[in-house]
Amino acid sequence: MGAKNTEQQLDSQIGEWRSAILRSRAVEAGDADELEEHLREQISDLEATGLSADEAFLIAVGRLGKMDVVTAEFAREHSDRLWKQLSMERPDDLGGRRSLTLMLGFAALAAVLIQVARVLGALGDPSGMGLFGESMATWFWRDIGLFVLPVLAAYFAVQRRMPWSRVIALGAIVAVLAVVINLFPFGSDSATDALISIHLPVALWFVVGAAYTGGDVRSSLRRMDFIRFTGEWAIYYTLIALGGAVLLGLTVAILSPIAPDAIDDVIVWVLPTGAAAGVLVAAWLVEAKKSIIENLAPVLTAIFTPLFAVMLVVAAVGYLIAGIGRDFNRDLLAVFDLLLLVVLGLIVYGISARSSVARVGAMDVIRLVAVLAAIVLDILVLVSMFARIGEFGFTANRVAALGLNIVLLVNLAGTAWLTLRLVAGRAAAVRLERWQTGYLPVFAAWVVLVVLALPPIFGFA
Amino acid sequence: MNIDKDLVAAMATPLVLAILVEGKSYGYAILKRVRELSAGELEWTDGMLYPLLHRLERLGYIRSEWGSSDEGRRRRYYQATETGRAQLAEQRKQWETATRTLGGFWSLAVPVTGA
Repeated sequence: MGAKNTEQQLDSQIGEWRSAILRSRAVEAGDADELEEHLREQISDLEATGLSADEAFLIAVGRLGKMDVVTAEFAREHSDRLWKQLSMERPDDLGGRRSLTLMLGFAALAAVLIQVARVLGALGDPSGMGLFGESMATWFWRDIGLFVLPVLAAYFAVQRRMPWSRVIALGAIVAVLAVVINLFPFGSDSATDALISIHLPVALWFVVGAAYTGGDVRSSLRRMDFIRFTGEWAIYYTLIALGGAVLLGLTVAILSPIAPDAIDDVIVWVLPTGAAAGVLVAAWLVEAKKSIIENLAPVLTAIFTPLFAVMLVVAAVGYLIAGIGRDFNRDLLAVFDLLLLVVLGLIVYGISARSSVARVGAMDVIRLVAVLAAIVLDILVLVSMFARIGEFGFTANRVAALGLNIVLLVNLAGTAWLTLRLVAGRAAAVRLERWQTGYLPVFAAWVVLVVLALPPIFGFA
Repeated sequence: MNIDKDLVAAMATPLVLAILVEGKSYGYAILKRVRELSAGELEWTDGMLYPLLHRLERLGYIRSEWGSSDEGRRRRYYQATETGRAQLAEQRKQWETATRTLGGFWSLAVPVTGA
């Protein structure tokens, strides 16, 4: 063996050792440099006494101490590092600072847009500035997604340097949606108007998704990234919202003795601003702090999938025995839609966190049980729902709830089938992933249909 | 001779500070100096030195800067600060008291056991 060969071998040994020690989050690259320098010096001293490179490496590593003991000592001294991913980047990280500035700019834009819209929406009624008041123009709630989500999409377009042709295509989609829904002649208390305020943000979220993938919307991997992003964004946004609620609650409590009149003003200025800017901040956090939350979403999924599986099985058995009574109504269907969405979310995150080469485990079986129970439940609900529609006819709300239900049911049926084959060892996990990513356009098409087609069909009622 | 672990830990801070008061140094050289001074009797797990150095830096007793070794690799140098010197003087007083007390006792006690 030549000297050069030995050196290469030593380098690769040291490289392995280095990546092993870096696996501890308490050890930073600088520390690893320091320890590696130590290791190399020790090795060359030992080699000078006549030891072979292999022997020198083993002894030097041994003297450095057991890796877990040393990293535990680092963790004791640097416990803050275990949390560091939650705080700001180091100031010398110019790229990080640029992305922070960019995000703050877009967050400010979203906040300004929502406030301008709020002020304009409240113009019709000079007496109140109330956000939730009767006086707020109906278009404000219908268009609310338009003030924030296109800004998020634009942020991703800029950050990902999306080609102009794609930017224009996405912009055109947003423009068409915005113009059409505002030309619709809605009546007062219109149900289709309310449907739009729920479905438009989802449709716009798919635009965000297209921007998130940098326009590479066909790639299954990028779509999976977007699914992960969505879940992680939801977690961050919830955390930010909780913090904001505490801040606002305390502000109100502190203001009420001295300036009770100012409370409403504070709320209408702070709440929409925070809610809009939070959308951008959460998205930025997901991107900037990928590593920490990637551990969180799968953990939450692992905790709640078995619990939901039990709940679904109990509910399915209960409904099978008791049957669905006459008092079944649209609200219950909405609840089931929500339940199916949550189950689907858990399944998709379970799949996204699952290593595609991992063996079939108990978790796959639990997922299968949850999906099957959800399908049984949903079929019961659907049968009863069809009977009801046969009796009372279609309304926009029923069609929206029913359609979502069917869209979800088809997805879950496919998921159940592929999970079954996975558990039986007949299909690879990647098939499940492809099924989910391939299904995204179906969801997108459905929400766009609700936004654009349902209102005219039902006469804008 | 095997020195008790707690005693080694107690000695570590003044020892490292004393070495760094002599001048700028870096991890591996500090450990070599420790071995030299203790004639190899003070056994130390090498990796433990670095968290200790980082703690002393956090406490403001030493400061660090990145330089490079003769082979051009990145190397972190440490040196004692004024606070570090003051701390060393304080610890030195304590250790002197401890060794004087024990030494005084043992110099009396030795003839007794020897008798």
